[in-house]
Amino acid sequence: MSEALSVHPEIVTTHDVHHDEHGGGHHKETFISKYIFSMDHKTIGKQFLITGIIWAIVGGLFSVLFRLQLGYPGQSFPILETFFGHWAKGGQIQPEFYYALVTMHGTVLVFFVLTAGLSGTFANILIPLQIGARDMASPMLNMLSYWFFFLASVIMMSSLFIQTGPASGGWTIYPPLSALGQASDGSKLGMDLWLVSMAMFIVSSLLGGLNYISTILNMRTKGMSMTRMPLTIWAMFFTAVLGVLSFPVLLSGAILLLFDRNLGTSFFLSDIVVNGEVLPNEGGSAILFQHLFWFLGHPEVYIILLPAMGMVSEIMSVNSRKPIFGYMAMLGSLFAIAILAFLVWAHHMFVTGLNPFLGSIFVLLTLLIAVPSAIKVFNWLTTLWRGNIRFTPAMLFAIGFVSLFISGGLTGIFLGNSTIDIHLHDTMFVVAHFHIVMGVASFFGMFAGVYHWFPKMFGRYLNNTLGYIHFWVTMVGAYLIFWPMHYEGLAGMPRRYLDKSGWVSFNQFGDLDKMITVVSIIVFAVQLMFVFNFFYSIFKGRKVTTQNPWGANTLEWTTPIRPGHGNWVGEIPEVHRWPYDYGKDGRDFIPQTEPIGANESKH
Amino acid sequence: MQTTFIVAILVLGFLVTFQIAKASEYVAILRGEERSRKQTNKINGFLLLVFLIAGLIGVYYCNEQLKGKILGAPASDHGVLVDRMLYITLALTFIVFVITQVALFWFSYKYQESDNRKAYYYPHNNKLEVIWTVIPAITLTVLVGFGIFYWFKITGEAPKDAMQVEVVGSQFKWEFRYPGADKVLGKKYFKEINDAKNNPLGQLWDDPANHDDIYVSGEPMHLVVNKPVKLVIGAKDVIHDVGLAHFRMKMDAVPGTPTTMWFTPTKTTADMKKETKNPDFVYEISCDQMCGKGHWSMRGEIIVETQEEFDAWLAKKDPQYAKITPAKKVEPAKDSTTAPAVLKDSVIAQVIK
Repeated sequence: MSEALSVHPEIVTTHDVHHDEHGGGHHKETFISKYIFSMDHKTIGKQFLITGIIWAIVGGLFSVLFRLQLGYPGQSFPILETFFGHWAKGGQIQPEFYYALVTMHGTVLVFFVLTAGLSGTFANILIPLQIGARDMASPMLNMLSYWFFFLASVIMMSSLFIQTGPASGGWTIYPPLSALGQASDGSKLGMDLWLVSMAMFIVSSLLGGLNYISTILNMRTKGMSMTRMPLTIWAMFFTAVLGVLSFPVLLSGAILLLFDRNLGTSFFLSDIVVNGEVLPNEGGSAILFQHLFWFLGHPEVYIILLPAMGMVSEIMSVNSRKPIFGYMAMLGSLFAIAILAFLVWAHHMFVTGLNPFLGSIFVLLTLLIAVPSAIKVFNWLTTLWRGNIRFTPAMLFAIGFVSLFISGGLTGIFLGNSTIDIHLHDTMFVVAHFHIVMGVASFFGMFAGVYHWFPKMFGRYLNNTLGYIHFWVTMVGAYLIFWPMHYEGLAGMPRRYLDKSGWVSFNQFGDLDKMITVVSIIVFAVQLMFVFNFFYSIFKGRKVTTQNPWGANTLEWTTPIRPGHGNWVGEIPEVHRWPYDYGKDGRDFIPQTEPIGANESKH
Repeated sequence: MQTTFIVAILVLGFLVTFQIAKASEYVAILRGEERSRKQTNKINGFLLLVFLIAGLIGVYYCNEQLKGKILGAPASDHGVLVDRMLYITLALTFIVFVITQVALFWFSYKYQESDNRKAYYYPHNNKLEVIWTVIPAITLTVLVGFGIFYWFKITGEAPKDAMQVEVVGSQFKWEFRYPGADKVLGKKYFKEINDAKNNPLGQLWDDPANHDDIYVSGEPMHLVVNKPVKLVIGAKDVIHDVGLAHFRMKMDAVPGTPTTMWFTPTKTTADMKKETKNPDFVYEISCDQMCGKGHWSMRGEIIVETQEEFDAWLAKKDPQYAKITPAKKVEPAKDSTTAPAVLKDSVIAQVIK
């Protein structure tokens, strides 16, 4: 700790002496070193964010396309044929295309948007700024982390344009379907590209994660003890730990699957006759892959959710002008969630023929997660109680996050209970559940973060009116889309059915599916409006004129309005208190940098 | 044309919204930023309250509209347990849902920014934390207890007198096998699977238990009402899943790893036709695990009937072995035609090796 700190003054001098007010960082910076191969954590964060936004548009557009099929099966949309050719013959989405769309929608949003785009962005931007560091522990590895992500993106994107199409066995890519090109076109070249792309993605995620962990542990400014860190940083820390421990397991699964596909091994294959052709593989286990996949897959949902929780806690406290209620309990529950995240993966596998006794253990551990989740919800509610709440767009998204987290969390209690899961497993109920709690809720956390820290990122504000429209349409839309969808699942309607008209049991929801499709198109259009607002405001938004526009306590607001590489001009400030002294002793807020006063009350 | 029109409207709507949003920023500056911020705050606080009330009404309305469309009473003994667990969970979670959502939006509305109020500095209270750790923990213990109790009942050993039926999934169809008079399903080996040789499931004819097994495909599976049935589930190519929504049962079909599930159907298909007032009612088998481009249409049917009806149906079926035996006898005589086929098979086997 002391060693790390002693290095700082030197950096300070090299940075400061030649500095002008732009705070541009190194003086020999060229366009390429400043904006492309940048080692500034803030620029890398923005790179993650913008790449994430582009992927979100792609992934969101895919969902609109397959919602068209679900809402209007059998109807022809000639424009689709114009764009997609034989994939939408006669203007109708072909089954291969449909499954490619859902697979890529899931892959892109889970990994590229809500993992890289969310924690990549905010861990990068917030960790050094909020703990008081000039940059990440290794700016070089940090830069590589982004460029491996970029490489993964290029490979995944290229798989969309090949003859046999991208992977189409669902984002969970269960073998044997994903292992056998004979079983599905999407399991040909597209699947290899998917696996290679994910391998690159995992490298990126590991480089990033190790960096976040070492930065948080070693590079905090003077006085910034672990329990004085904002909850955002704690959340990013646990997120990084989860990623570092679980992503390698997916990597091993992906590599074994590549071997099965290309080298004739039988890790996941046994007793297979596909289209009349008897395959030689014996002795593998298809279920083994599911264990490997979900050992990452379940922590992954917390990798997505925890950063959102952290940012929501911070934003809620700032805008309620009140400390976050139960800081230690919030921290403990984050820790409990992080531990339990590793012990519940088999609840995705209750109906695979899993030993029922093993299943019952996973029921117990899964429902245990509801306890720390409940603590978090009650603490957020108490944070609002008797506050003096300012509804900035960020705050509205934070409130929306809590609402969605409650709704989606409660339906998790249905699915985590193996008895009910027998009926609801792989139905639309699951789709509704995880879209609310992991998809939309995390997106709300991300939006809250973008609205809140946009002034720090770009020195300008997002347009508020567009922000409010964005929030209200998305909030109402999210519930209209996913709430009624639970009923489809209660009727047992399986997921990934592109046309239910041939079924006696599931054909009663035609009107509902139409409604959902219309709403999702509207919601998608409003997201495009947000994207427009984002890019427009980078250049033309209202300028930030004060250093601390939200009246917040944390360190990022002590930097210049447009901080350069190195973040602080002069010495890094010292921290004297926790970050949540809002409304204490009659004062609106007391920044972390202010020493404890002589007459100050204790909390 | 229509598409262009829609796109034009969208673009126009967007431009108008954007101009208004832009203008509102200038207006705010003209009227004083602080004042207009406070007004916006009031509007959003009010909207949160409206959202709460409209949302709760919406939840009620949605339930009224859709509750009749979920599948009605379960048609198996295990289904009753699943539904009971579901409604216990629903009752508890709904209470929590209403309390927490009301608190969230009501607090947001009530404690919106006002010049007359100062936020209350309230960083922690250990008693409260303990309360809302313990209460959820107790509630969940109850749910876990019920859940595991029912789970073991459902996944426990099938009764001795249960009839057995084998279900085999492959892209994109279901095939069935009944054990015949000896009540034992004969052994199989996947490399024996060969439609041309009348052996679609890969039965080993050396095993005498196979000689009376009855193979059924292209028609519904038949089950007997109030008689436990144990399904032995397998797959030939990729993972499928036997989903029986009306019985509330589900189990994956995994190539290489046979799985089982058992239940007792309690209503015949005829009963259900009356109960649902739908003359076209059938029990359906849906594939619930993504299995390729035909996943959505991988449909099977089940007929639940009385023992007499079932016996009459089964009596009309010949064991698969009967179809294979005459072929075997004929084989030497038709040497010239079968020889190339055999050769071809062995060549394929060589290539695979």
